[in-house]
Amino acid sequence: MNKLFVSPSPHIHSGDSVSKNMYGVIIALIPAFMTSVWFFGIGSIVITLAAVLSCVLFEYLIQKYMFKTAPTISDGSAILTGLLLAFNIPTTVPIWMIITGSLVTIGIAKMSFGGLGNNPFNPALVGRVFMLISYPVQMTTWPVPMSDNRFTSIDGLTGATPLGVLKEGLGKGDKLETILSQMPDLGNMFLGNIGGSAGEISAIALLIGFVYLLWRKIITWHIPVSVIGSVFIFSGILHFANPELTAGPVFHILAGGVMLGAIYMATDYVTSPMTITGMLIYGICIGILTVLIRVFGAYPEGISFAILIMNAFTPLINLYVKPKRFGRVRS
Amino acid sequence: MLKTFSIGGIHPPENKLSVSAAITELPIPKTVVIPLAQHLGVPSKPIVQKGDQVKVGQLIAQSNGFISANIHASVSGKVVKIEPSADSTGYKRDAIFIETEGDEWMDGIDRSATLVKEIKLDRNAIIDKIAQSGIVGLGGATFPSHVKTMVPKGKKAEYLLINGVECEPYLTADHRLMLEKTNELVVGIQILMKALDVKKAIIGIENNKPDAIAIMKEAVKNIEGIKVQALKVQYPQGGEKQLISAVLGREVPSGGLPIDIGAVVYNVGSVFAIYEAVQKNKPLVERVVTITGKQVKKPSNFKVRIGTSVLELIEQAGGLPENTGKILNGGPMMGKALAQLDVPVVKGSSGILLIPEQEAIRKEVFTCIRCTKCISVCPMGLEPYLLGIEGEKGLYDKMENDRVMDCIECGSCSYVCPAGRPLLDYIRLGKGKVGQIIRKRNTK
Ligand code: SF4
Ligand code: SF4
Repeated sequence: MNKLFVSPSPHIHSGDSVSKNMYGVIIALIPAFMTSVWFFGIGSIVITLAAVLSCVLFEYLIQKYMFKTAPTISDGSAILTGLLLAFNIPTTVPIWMIITGSLVTIGIAKMSFGGLGNNPFNPALVGRVFMLISYPVQMTTWPVPMSDNRFTSIDGLTGATPLGVLKEGLGKGDKLETILSQMPDLGNMFLGNIGGSAGEISAIALLIGFVYLLWRKIITWHIPVSVIGSVFIFSGILHFANPELTAGPVFHILAGGVMLGAIYMATDYVTSPMTITGMLIYGICIGILTVLIRVFGAYPEGISFAILIMNAFTPLINLYVKPKRFGRVRS
Repeated sequence: MLKTFSIGGIHPPENKLSVSAAITELPIPKTVVIPLAQHLGVPSKPIVQKGDQVKVGQLIAQSNGFISANIHASVSGKVVKIEPSADSTGYKRDAIFIETEGDEWMDGIDRSATLVKEIKLDRNAIIDKIAQSGIVGLGGATFPSHVKTMVPKGKKAEYLLINGVECEPYLTADHRLMLEKTNELVVGIQILMKALDVKKAIIGIENNKPDAIAIMKEAVKNIEGIKVQALKVQYPQGGEKQLISAVLGREVPSGGLPIDIGAVVYNVGSVFAIYEAVQKNKPLVERVVTITGKQVKKPSNFKVRIGTSVLELIEQAGGLPENTGKILNGGPMMGKALAQLDVPVVKGSSGILLIPEQEAIRKEVFTCIRCTKCISVCPMGLEPYLLGIEGEKGLYDKMENDRVMDCIECGSCSYVCPAGRPLLDYIRLGKGKVGQIIRKRNTK
């Protein structure tokens, strides 16, 4: 008989793996990708391919030639990061900008910290914010959903996002009522028939993915629900305190990137807290910061910044918020 | 909702392949190797010499301190040598070798199957009998059973809990005992109630053994004070602390013992051994062992003399399958991998599990992706990911602070980790080092 294999217990494993989790999130993003193709057309396919391919390529090259380690691109994390980056930018952004964004995303936000598991900030969001700062014009030029040439040309008509219109209108001193009357109704916002970044527009598609993630037990409900819940409640409070200046809570959770951010970005394993209580604190803070930035800040949209800010607090939350321990109370 | 313990837990596939195999007696082996250290605590002192003739049930090594246990000959014959021999831990430790001649038992041992219901001995005599008979926790922890009956001054035992959970996948020895020795177990429970002076006993059984629950319920239905509690299937419910939490809803304080919250726990196998010792005058010379595995021809439950080589069990279960990669003493979650096959069955051997080659290989290790899964399954509420990182870096003072000593080594964290991190390996290492540090500090 061959030599017996000896190792410490346990001797069985659940079979879960890093790649199963990553591909699980990728599968959950399929409905959102499909709606974005439906509303924005070929541009959505082009930017997604550009972001995913360049992220995977950069990760491969860095691991192989700089770290000189075996590339782990098959774990799916670079594909996922690429997808999320693409979902966070308008479909009309030129490909070379996306490639530079991917380089920052993978090279700086992820690999310079040592790769998957070590990065303190969500790489896709770092990439997005880098692009927003470097290419402000392109990054805030939005394609019009359902434009007639969306499947024939990538130079779509450009329009605005509900949040942008709101901010600009309020800045000019327009009445909230008049501004809101120019916008798509909440039903269209729920479906995703609005301007915005490629993957953030359709609340329903993102929610379908959320249910899938919960079912596969890839994430728990705590972060998404606390983010969306606190955006709802906090914007609701501001709205009722001053209905003239702040749009309603439903508008706030359907417009912009709250759904995408809450379900897919804030829940990033590596950069979010480790305990249930920690997750709730983190989620609530993200929600409140998002509304604060949207209502009082310079940018129309706040979720990316809110998540990145809270990423910075994650180690602190992990240090002070511990799980409930068994047998803690001495009798 | 069925009861279960308060936090964490996993549910690995059960694979109870040997569940319908009735307990059968393994042929008496030609030789036995009886280690002197097969219980928690100090190894016993041999009282026989090379060349001595012994009978089954004869005391051959004496308890050597408060936490220690007597050891008896499991076969009759000649002591051929006393020297170090490899046991299931892989280390060589002193053992008594006996060559079998016939099957001659000590006088006064009742080997009949007659049920003896009436408990004649008084409290102290029962405790004494348990101590003399060398009974230890047969669930695998091997803590000397009589020590638990001696409740320290100022503490009071309120509940006797019987552990019929058998939460390790694959193992069925306790399950079979409950089905086949139901009435003996009930008497054993009454003996312990008398010894501990408790009025309430609860038998905890997981819901994946409905037949055992039904038969035990039936057997105790007219007996005052004994109850059967069905439990949700959740590993590691067989852990003492988890069982108490599940049944009583009380948590053993960190660093404390079950008796601190009024509970004493015995495993089903130990209860049966106690019945035999007290009612039949039979010391612990044999036990039920499950031999199983996906490719094992005849998954079985054998009554085995202590000291029998594992090889013989494997042969009786249909021989060693071709593609065996790993052999475990115990279940897949907490069992020990054997480095060789000619090691003896000891008091704590609840099962021998053969694992095929393709399942024996460990996973590739990745960096922790902080998925929080290890935290959510840890039944002690620890942060295994953190302990893993600290253990890897050798930060033992941090590990102590993060309560590494609370870990019950259930392995749930390593089981779920998608990054394949050997969390429990690091934690065990840390526990060893932190234990040393604490001892040093205390002796200063
Ligand atoms: S289960 Fe593994 S990957 Fe997940 S947090 Fe724990 S150690 Fe890290
Ligand atoms: S082995 Fe220890 S740390 Fe890991 S889950 Fe079990 S008790 Fe928790």
